[in-house]
Amino acid sequence: MSGLLSRSQALVLATSLAAATLVGALLAGKEGAAFGLFALLAIGGGAVCLLERSSLRAAFGLCATFLGTTGLFLLLESDFLAVTQLTIFAGGVASLAIFGARFVPSESAPSFLRLGSTIALVFSACAFAAWRCASSASFQGAKPADAPLASDAGKLGVALVDPRQFVVGFELAAVLLVVALVAAIWFARSSEEAG
Amino acid sequence: MGLGAYLCASVALFALGLCCVLARRNLLHVLMGLQLVLAAASLDFAAFARFHGPATEGRAMALFVLVVAAAEAAVGIPIVLRVVKSSGTAKPSAFDRLRE
Repeated sequence: MSGLLSRSQALVLATSLAAATLVGALLAGKEGAAFGLFALLAIGGGAVCLLERSSLRAAFGLCATFLGTTGLFLLLESDFLAVTQLTIFAGGVASLAIFGARFVPSESAPSFLRLGSTIALVFSACAFAAWRCASSASFQGAKPADAPLASDAGKLGVALVDPRQFVVGFELAAVLLVVALVAAIWFARSSEEAG
Repeated sequence: MGLGAYLCASVALFALGLCCVLARRNLLHVLMGLQLVLAAASLDFAAFARFHGPATEGRAMALFVLVVAAAEAAVGIPIVLRVVKSSGTAKPSAFDRLRE
């Protein structure tokens, strides 16, 4: 199997990551540098998923997105979410996608007109929606970035099992996961067992 | 970094995922696009939990989004593999008829 990235692609990737880190550092110090790095990793991985013809490379792009969002969760002081994202998604879901990419035939390259028009339409709609949300009153009342945070993983865990808070939702999520597990096993059974 | 920076990243990720779902003609890529969309949603919840509060509720919602995304991937990818094995193609446009 040929390398995942050609030399020029690796050079572009390294340069982009370094530039994003440097710009973030100049704008907002160490936190900005980390944000630039993780945001570019997440968005760059998504771009690879969108533009890459090979399913295997797109799956690796998805893994990069999960790693980037893990870093962003850490910057948002959501350590439990970051560990969940890392273990379940960057570890499990990305592995599933890479495994599936070995068995799914690659499609022909999407037409430039179709891809370009879809990207233009979706990005303009999302930008308009984001602009409308940013001008709303609830958005304007955001706490500053250095405001102390009053919650941590322990309090989240207590909230999930508190009967007055999220225990019902937590139980439903557990049922959903069990159903998904059984369904995945059923779908993955061999043809002889199915017959 | 403020709330706006994280929301910009989230919007970009959501848009990329939506483009992947709409423009790609491969079932596995469509599933990957859905994963991007759900990752953007969970990032949104976490960002608002950090900057608006209450932090616990926002993170609980993000956790539920992650659970749904994991369940979707666990079921969807075996379905795609079974479909590809039986039909030989992964194009969504090929599955436009119910079984007769």
